[in-house]
Amino acid sequence: MDNEHAVYARGLVKRFGEKVALAGVDFEVKTGTVTAILGPNGAGKTTAVRILATLSEATEGEATVAGFDVRTQGHEVRRRIGLAAQDATVDPLLTGRENLVMLGELHQMSRAEASTRAEQLLGEFSLLDAADRRVSTYSGGMRRRLDLGATMVAHPSVLFLDEPTTGLDPRARNELWGVLDTLVERGTTVLLTTQYLDEAERLADDIIVIDQGRIIARGDARTLKRELGGDHVQVVLVDAARLPEAERLLAQVTGAKVTVDAGIRSVVAAASNGVDTLVQVATALSSAGIAVEDLSIRQPTLDEVFIALTNSPAYDEPVEASPEGVRS
Amino acid sequence: MTTTRPMIDHAAEPPRSRGLLHDTWVIAKRGLVHMRRQPEQLTDATIQPVMFVLLFAYVFGGAISVPGGGQYREFLMGGIFAQTVVFTAFGVALTLANDRKNQAIDRFRSLPIARGAVLSGHALTNLMKAMLPIILMSLCGLIIGWRIRSGIGDAVLGYGLLMGFSFAMIWVGILLGSAIPSPEGVTGVGFTVLFPLTFMASTFVPTSTMPGILRVIAEWNPVTTLADAARILFGNPNTPTMPGDPWSIAHPIAYTIIWIVGIIVVCAPLAVRSYEKSLEK
Repeated sequence: MDNEHAVYARGLVKRFGEKVALAGVDFEVKTGTVTAILGPNGAGKTTAVRILATLSEATEGEATVAGFDVRTQGHEVRRRIGLAAQDATVDPLLTGRENLVMLGELHQMSRAEASTRAEQLLGEFSLLDAADRRVSTYSGGMRRRLDLGATMVAHPSVLFLDEPTTGLDPRARNELWGVLDTLVERGTTVLLTTQYLDEAERLADDIIVIDQGRIIARGDARTLKRELGGDHVQVVLVDAARLPEAERLLAQVTGAKVTVDAGIRSVVAAASNGVDTLVQVATALSSAGIAVEDLSIRQPTLDEVFIALTNSPAYDEPVEASPEGVRS
Repeated sequence: MTTTRPMIDHAAEPPRSRGLLHDTWVIAKRGLVHMRRQPEQLTDATIQPVMFVLLFAYVFGGAISVPGGGQYREFLMGGIFAQTVVFTAFGVALTLANDRKNQAIDRFRSLPIARGAVLSGHALTNLMKAMLPIILMSLCGLIIGWRIRSGIGDAVLGYGLLMGFSFAMIWVGILLGSAIPSPEGVTGVGFTVLFPLTFMASTFVPTSTMPGILRVIAEWNPVTTLADAARILFGNPNTPTMPGDPWSIAHPIAYTIIWIVGIIVVCAPLAVRSYEKSLEK
């Protein structure tokens, strides 16, 4: 048994008929750390989580969670995990309290134990006021908090969160991040999936970037960003006619590849020296007399990460298979 | 670099399993709360059978006579009992389809619960739900002049037979709910398959009035024999059997019991397999 790794996966493959959702991935999550699987829709994130949470069986490969084999010791795995699926799966017809008590009982607690635990969680997740209202009356953020509380009912040693903040407004998202911080401080091992680089960076010690069922990069946020060229400087011009000039200047200063978006009159390039680069760009633009509407330094977007890693945008249409089998 | 945090505060060993019955009951309780909080979804078990009793008793009743004599209203009750019991499948299929739609099933499956507890919980809820229309209809029947004219033993057997058939139909419902992906699809199949099935039987009219092939179908339709068996066991008017009647009509109670056992033996394993397959995505 492997105590160092709460999650340990080797050669996971999942095929649905012809479609390959996971094309053989190896990864592990150290006990007591947070790992994010980052990738666009359809990359295989949910499939990986479903296999680890014993909801789906891998076509090939093996995995252990909390030291137990997900294929042959599913019940032992389920006793030790909490899963928050992509849509909050708390029961809308039950109250918040009823949801937690039911899950406690299904985690094999006595009714009294389950009630005590529910009360405790409602307090921790700031839901005491709404405890006896039906979940159907909750806001999206409250529902997610309850969902997180629900995964914590049985003090799981490993927590799986599948896109925990998708569909939340920025405020609810921030709130939820705060809640996740406290979980993490207590030392729960967390594997979460996300489409947002900032979320992965904010929450995770370790990031696994996945695309079309394959791991294409991994490391902590700093390493990844260094690999990906880190910060980007973006210049938005007043006059689109000067874009070629600005592109040339930016290329000179940064020495990096420049992306031009004529639609929003913007040029972007990796800024290897952060703010220093920004100052150099500003100076160069102003001495060339190019009027600037906006000048900023920012993190690469997921799309830029994917362009850097795969040379294809994250949200591109999947390439159709060549119609070899169609010959009749 | 990653930092290893202090060990977790969770209990050293999670609680031991309390068994299938415990888990089944927790899930059945959830189903009962759902029923209580969605009274509009109970119409198939409450308003609908009562409405059928009243409509047929008063609108069609005058035009239909029971061969062998007796009140049509009393004849009618056995039929609507049978129809209502068959519709049990419908409710089960809908609850399953809804659970899958809102991903509740995924949550259950990530819990350390006994294998099969989700299905048996649904089955238990629906068995309790099946009692509701039978009780309501009995009350409604008493008001319009229906009486149990047999002994207590027969009456208990009659109600037992209805519940037994309900239990069998629950497995048909699980099969439907697993095989058909959406609640809308379930409704469609319910109306195009189950509904006619309950009309091609002695539910509302004696089978002797039906033409050729339809009559043969009706005579072997278990809905007919369930209705006939209920009439016999409650001591209500029923079409008298003739020499030359098929075996099903001559022995409705035995024939119905064979169907109950047959449906359970065939459908339960199929339903469990189909349900488990429907979860794998």
